[in-house]
Amino acid sequence: MGQLMRVTTSKVVALLSVAVFAYFYAQNDLVTTSVVYSAIPLALPLALAAMVGVLCERTGIVNIGIEGTMLVSAFTAFFVAAIFEDTVTGLIAGVLTGVVVGLLLAVMSVTWKMDQIIAGVIINILAAGLTSFLYRQGYSIPTTLPQFDITWLAGIPVLGPILNFHGPITYFGIFFIFALWFALYKTPWGLRSRSVGEHPSSADTAGVSVTKLRYLNVTIGGAVGGLAGSYLALEWVGIFERGFTAGKGFTALAIMIFGRWNPLGAFAAAIFFGLAQAVTNQLMIDEVINIPQQFINMLPYVLTIVVLAFAAGKVRPPAAEGQPYEKEKV
Amino acid sequence: MQKQRIDFGSFAIPLLSVAVALFFGGILVYIQNINPITAYTALFTTAFGSWDGIATTLAKATPLILSGLAVAIGLRAGLFNIGAQGQLISGALASAWAGYALDLPTLIHIPVAILFGAFFGALVGFIAGALKAYRGVHEVITTIMLNSIVIALADFLASRPFKEPDQPLTRTPEIQESARIPDFLGLPFGFFIAVAIAYGMWWFLGNTTSGFRIETVGKNKNAAWYAGMPVKLTVVMAMVAGGAIAGIAGAIETQSIVGRFEPAFNAGLGFDGITVALLARANPLGVIPAAILIGGMRASGSTMQFEAGVAPELVDLLLAMILFFVTAPLLARLLRKKESGVSLTSGWGN
Amino acid sequence: MASLLEIKDVTKTFGAVVANDRISLEVKPGEIVALLGENGAGKSTLVKAVFGLVRPDSGEIKVKGEALEFGDTAGAIRRGVGMVHQHFQLVPVMSVTENIILGDEPRRAGFISMKKAREEVLALVEKYGLEVDPDAIVEDLPVGTAQRVEILKALRKDVDLLILDEPTAVLTPQETDELLQVLRNLAAKGVGILFITHKLREVIAVADRIVVLRGGKLAGVTTPKESDESDLAQMMVGRAVVLQVDKGEAKPSTVALEVNDLRVLDDRKLEAVKGISFQVHSGEILGIAGVEGNGQRELVEAICAMRSRVSGEVIVTGKPLANMRPKQAHLAGVSHIPEDREKDGLVSSYSIADNLVLNRFDQAPYARGWIRDLDAVDENGAALVKTFDIRTPSHRNPASSLSGGNRQKVVVARELSQNLPVVVAAQPTRGVDVGSIEFIHQQLINARDNGAAVLLVSAELDEVLSLADRVAVISGGKIVATVDAEGADRNYIGRLMAGLKE
Repeated sequence: MGQLMRVTTSKVVALLSVAVFAYFYAQNDLVTTSVVYSAIPLALPLALAAMVGVLCERTGIVNIGIEGTMLVSAFTAFFVAAIFEDTVTGLIAGVLTGVVVGLLLAVMSVTWKMDQIIAGVIINILAAGLTSFLYRQGYSIPTTLPQFDITWLAGIPVLGPILNFHGPITYFGIFFIFALWFALYKTPWGLRSRSVGEHPSSADTAGVSVTKLRYLNVTIGGAVGGLAGSYLALEWVGIFERGFTAGKGFTALAIMIFGRWNPLGAFAAAIFFGLAQAVTNQLMIDEVINIPQQFINMLPYVLTIVVLAFAAGKVRPPAAEGQPYEKEKV
Repeated sequence: MQKQRIDFGSFAIPLLSVAVALFFGGILVYIQNINPITAYTALFTTAFGSWDGIATTLAKATPLILSGLAVAIGLRAGLFNIGAQGQLISGALASAWAGYALDLPTLIHIPVAILFGAFFGALVGFIAGALKAYRGVHEVITTIMLNSIVIALADFLASRPFKEPDQPLTRTPEIQESARIPDFLGLPFGFFIAVAIAYGMWWFLGNTTSGFRIETVGKNKNAAWYAGMPVKLTVVMAMVAGGAIAGIAGAIETQSIVGRFEPAFNAGLGFDGITVALLARANPLGVIPAAILIGGMRASGSTMQFEAGVAPELVDLLLAMILFFVTAPLLARLLRKKESGVSLTSGWGN
Repeated sequence: MASLLEIKDVTKTFGAVVANDRISLEVKPGEIVALLGENGAGKSTLVKAVFGLVRPDSGEIKVKGEALEFGDTAGAIRRGVGMVHQHFQLVPVMSVTENIILGDEPRRAGFISMKKAREEVLALVEKYGLEVDPDAIVEDLPVGTAQRVEILKALRKDVDLLILDEPTAVLTPQETDELLQVLRNLAAKGVGILFITHKLREVIAVADRIVVLRGGKLAGVTTPKESDESDLAQMMVGRAVVLQVDKGEAKPSTVALEVNDLRVLDDRKLEAVKGISFQVHSGEILGIAGVEGNGQRELVEAICAMRSRVSGEVIVTGKPLANMRPKQAHLAGVSHIPEDREKDGLVSSYSIADNLVLNRFDQAPYARGWIRDLDAVDENGAALVKTFDIRTPSHRNPASSLSGGNRQKVVVARELSQNLPVVVAAQPTRGVDVGSIEFIHQQLINARDNGAAVLLVSAELDEVLSLADRVAVISGGKIVATVDAEGADRNYIGRLMAGLKE
């Protein structure tokens, strides 16, 4: 019964969104297009960060350290790009940094069996400490990653201008989200990963290596987190500041919960967040509303809490998440 | 007489963690062509080498003791209160307002302002606690979100309604003399308040029925429910208490050191509270030496730069490493000790 | 004939406990070997070693003549070993099919082919005659059906050796008979079966050979022809066991506990207790017999106000109980020995003394108002440890230092020492060694003789029949019969437990 309700709600929400969009498009197609277009860069880092969460938690590891992962990856991406004067090298460095952080989290959670929340908090504090300590003023990257003008994409009516003119990480990211969804539900890897997150001993007794799978997925998660951080530094704005990530890693957790640990659900939730910000920005520009800047800044955080207050109680996380797996306790 | 006992055996790991962190920090410093011994000597002599230095150290330690306690009482109840930062800031702002806006004789003004701080800190803690207890929202996210919300809100209030008139900076007017907490024998009085609260919490947890409830809920929620304890209420109470204590930290900081509310005044005090609490293994008494150590490091950060050329952010890094070594079971394995440390709720459920 | 399984001198220690002490045993193709022993004798540990879930410290395990590497579950599976676990190794939120194919999924171009998977499952159902719905979600299944899935999962690969760990713990007597028949059929096909149980009846019914473990050591090897139930019991325990409790006549008086038309939901919001009514008098023991999963847990939790009642009343010594207020239930006079002592009954890091006052820590004499009287707690701890023979160097030690049986004694001590009018005991001797079982049984009889109304809920029919004065049978959330214990017909009760009408 619950299943039926969920599917229906999704369909209703989808229909409503299309209706709302159609309405505003009819009013003023240029502004509507630009608002929705601008929502994508706002949503993408959140979506990618949420994918990290989905990947890790589905396999049973709670990852609070997404924020720290993104921060330290953004840092590395930026400074490597600046020092080597090549943005792509920076991108590679950023992703590799994410891999390293992912491995660290895996070691702490899987091998050392530390409390996973503490492990995540440590990653965040270490990331903040390191980036603070090593930060130097006066660096800049040669160029941000290019925005692609894809003619066939631009040709699509209505959606074309929205989907066109984004950078490589954006396009790859969107592809990755769909690929992750597919892999999670249709491949052996996906079935096994989910079983490890729900009931690891069942996987173990079926001959699946819980440890290997958790290491693999958390490390891949780290790479995706690194990608998200690199996106912020190299594709979105091309700068880096202390505290650059500004809570996006935590908002991503809310998005993951709201999306019920489903890549597509999380993607939709991320877009919703992105739209909320884009719309607010537009309303500010049009001077329809006049809110002090601090309240605009507060918006994502308040939204996160509100979302969680309504969603958290009613959703079921992967059953075995957060608990280290002990083979001999089967 | 069956008394509450202090367990000295559990000092090994925290001490070792500090030592190992200092070692690795030393390596980082050495890579930058600076003599680590000079750096560390500068650090520690400034902090503890003179009466003035000790006074500064204790002043820095005061909010750390309190925010450490705020995190610790949460840990005892099985919660991870990362929101000490936001709770502290609300307390600071509230007490600053009470300090400049109210006209009261000193003996009343000081405690009233502190109470304002406690109340608003408790309020922030309450939000996180209620969301956790009644909606099942994990306190790690809510407290982190609330931190940012409080910072933004405080910034707004200090730049508009509560702003000190006739000047461009975002800050409240100075508090009145009657609200200022004086020094006691040259040492900050707030420090003694903090120590008293620490002892109070230790006694509370070991000797009262409410304390027993908090401890039981933290160790086994189901058994607590079976035993008739109001689990949800206890969770809220622990967060409210933590928030109140962090709020007091903010109040004392405002009333003895800063004299007003300025947004950037205390970056990271709340997060150091986490390190303090974990270094102290969530033991209220252990919080005191942990806070003094970290307070000392913070107090002399700038001197270290001046005398040895090391960036004060080294302290950030050292603290991060201390936190890492205290919680990762590396050292425990080395010492072959059985870890019966602080266990927290995991996952988003419950 | 060559052995299918050869275990030679396997030893395994967990800390201070020697779970297996140089055990050797053999299983030949087509043979059913029963591994018998009481709780904690080391049976589970031994078979888990065969399946790679536990690494022995020393010894050798050979399957079909080849030595098995310790800890290699995948390897054991490859060699033809299948295992049906005591606690089902199924993923609750996934479907029957997904569970069965996990680890060896049929593929099409790299992706899982659910079509092939379903076909495989249906073929298995056909072959072994174990009915299941391939698309059903495991957590929605009744326990007996879930076990069929577990068995099918084990049988999916061509198994030569099938290991079953306490397979009948959650089955009705009828389902048990069906399972034993399935095992006979498999053995007839040449599969070797190693089957763990502590139920003597089943062993005599189906085993070719019986291996008895006691305290980690091999106590003996025999056959059903050579040994009967009491011989086996003696081998298991090492002394003549009194299978019946010595009790005097009950002297029931007024009604102390009354339950009227109680309805309670389970964790999945389905009705687990469907309108139950009964009464328990002071000075009597009412035993509720039933296979686990028929609503007992929800019933007990509702009576103790730990779970919400949808409708109906619970009346203790004439006063109705408030809903969902465990504290008030306790104050009203209900003491509760919970089914899951680790989860509900004890805080393992607390001292034994603290655990002994866990649910009255805020009452006199253990507290004066807000302040706890730690001396009083300490004295009480010392006294109860003596009276209830809890084996520990000190009552100040943490409860985690105690063995399972002694931990249960702590819970029993705490509850019975309060002398409350109503005692609710749920599975009070689960996971407890025989010596402690006898002790606990005696304590319950004493409580009854002191005037308490005792509600005993147990999945062990023998326990219910020997302790209770009256027996009620719970099945499918309802009480289907209530009879006097004296002269009760075991078979009749067994059929009721299975849901048959008479």
